[in-house]
Amino acid sequence: MCIGIPCQIVSIDKNLPHIAIAEVNGIGREIDISLVTSNNKPITIGQWVLVHVGFAMSMLDEDEAKQTLSFLNAMQEEEPDVGVLFIGKE
Amino acid sequence: MQFIDEFRAPNAVKSLLNQINALVKKTVFTKDSPLNIMEVCGGHTHAIFKFGLDQLLPPEINFIHGPGCPVCVLPMGRIDTCIDIAKQPNVMFCTFGDAMRVPGQQGSLLTIRGEGHDIRIIYSPLDALKLAKLNPEKQIVLFGLGFETTMPGIALTILQAKQLQLSNFSLLCQHICIIPTLKALLALPDIKIDAFLGPGHLSMIIGIKPYEFISQDYAKPVVISGFEPVDILQSVIMILMQLIKQQYLVENQYRRIVADKGNTAAQAVINQVFTLQGNDEWRGLGKILDSGVRLNEKYREYDAELRFNTKRHCQQDDPNARCGDVLTGRCKPINCPLFGQTCTPTSAYGALMVSSEGACAAYYQYRQSDLI
Ligand code: SF4
Repeated sequence: MCIGIPCQIVSIDKNLPHIAIAEVNGIGREIDISLVTSNNKPITIGQWVLVHVGFAMSMLDEDEAKQTLSFLNAMQEEEPDVGVLFIGKE
Repeated sequence: MQFIDEFRAPNAVKSLLNQINALVKKTVFTKDSPLNIMEVCGGHTHAIFKFGLDQLLPPEINFIHGPGCPVCVLPMGRIDTCIDIAKQPNVMFCTFGDAMRVPGQQGSLLTIRGEGHDIRIIYSPLDALKLAKLNPEKQIVLFGLGFETTMPGIALTILQAKQLQLSNFSLLCQHICIIPTLKALLALPDIKIDAFLGPGHLSMIIGIKPYEFISQDYAKPVVISGFEPVDILQSVIMILMQLIKQQYLVENQYRRIVADKGNTAAQAVINQVFTLQGNDEWRGLGKILDSGVRLNEKYREYDAELRFNTKRHCQQDDPNARCGDVLTGRCKPINCPLFGQTCTPTSAYGALMVSSEGACAAYYQYRQSDLI
């Protein structure tokens, strides 16, 4: 619950600009981006963010995101619970 | 035993270990009286075990696995309150997966799901909100737990519930703040912690300033650290340097993610929705001053305990269980008489054995072979 998951923004809801679809390991999921955006720094498609329980909490650069993902993948192999956290499935 | 070549950056790891070996010789720490570094966050605990860092580091360095796993500090009685609510007619009880197997007096959420009660594992609190919109005839209760990493998401969910005027949604609030927890830990008389490895993602929310009392009042280094092996080793070097120079600071090794001031928007939404009130009881830590997180007056209508008029359960732990001593670094999981006997991942007594971030679970998984 305490480790955030890097996800890449693939689309932003036109009607609800705080809602985006973000992808991780090819799985898309709806996330809330209101805590990392503001009027003078809107988020763009392709941006990586660190997501906690469905809320983006900080921006990441691509290298960092990919490194963190491979680290989490390594943890997940032996840690089914990290897997739950990672893909959000039981 | 982990082989260094298995790491993604074996040369970097080797070089960092060499530096640590050289630096530790300049300190007073020995194998019998080691440098005790508490990693506060359960994510660090698992990375340390998974990558065998505790075995790669010299014996003069000892990791103490701290209380930064919100599931591990859950008192048994709170699970009983969850179960009381989940058993009420028409309730759909939503929880993060980590809390499912934590035992209470009447079993766990998993066992009562097996009895037919409607327990949903959610990934995001917004999933619970969706369930509330889709099922107006049901009462949706969200079990809100976690440190400041999960609090902003839960707070925004409450704000949305209010905006949508959802009357069938409520929160069982079991959040805990990191600073009162650390203050309580440091006030314990027999605690041997020399330095702290600060939680990476939690600090991304609160920033680094709140930890300053540790370096200023207790003269102990705090280094906010990332989760990868090289991050943790670099943080150990930063801790050793502070100890050698005798200059105690809060340093930020995880600058690429953690802004010194944290995420101010997230802090604002936490303060808007939650308030610190009352001295709550935590497993292994006892009562902590001002550690009870409650919904602010304005959002009290979403308090599940008021809505369902539950009673507080006070459950005494088994006197042989040493969960509290493990959480505070007084002993290792293997020193608990229940470890591997009556307490295993499939029939756990304490949450430390079932949480994905718990120290006993990590010992059970990675260190079993060392114990035989
Ligand atoms: S082995 Fe079980 S009872 Fe003992 S400290 Fe760990 S979780 Fe608690």
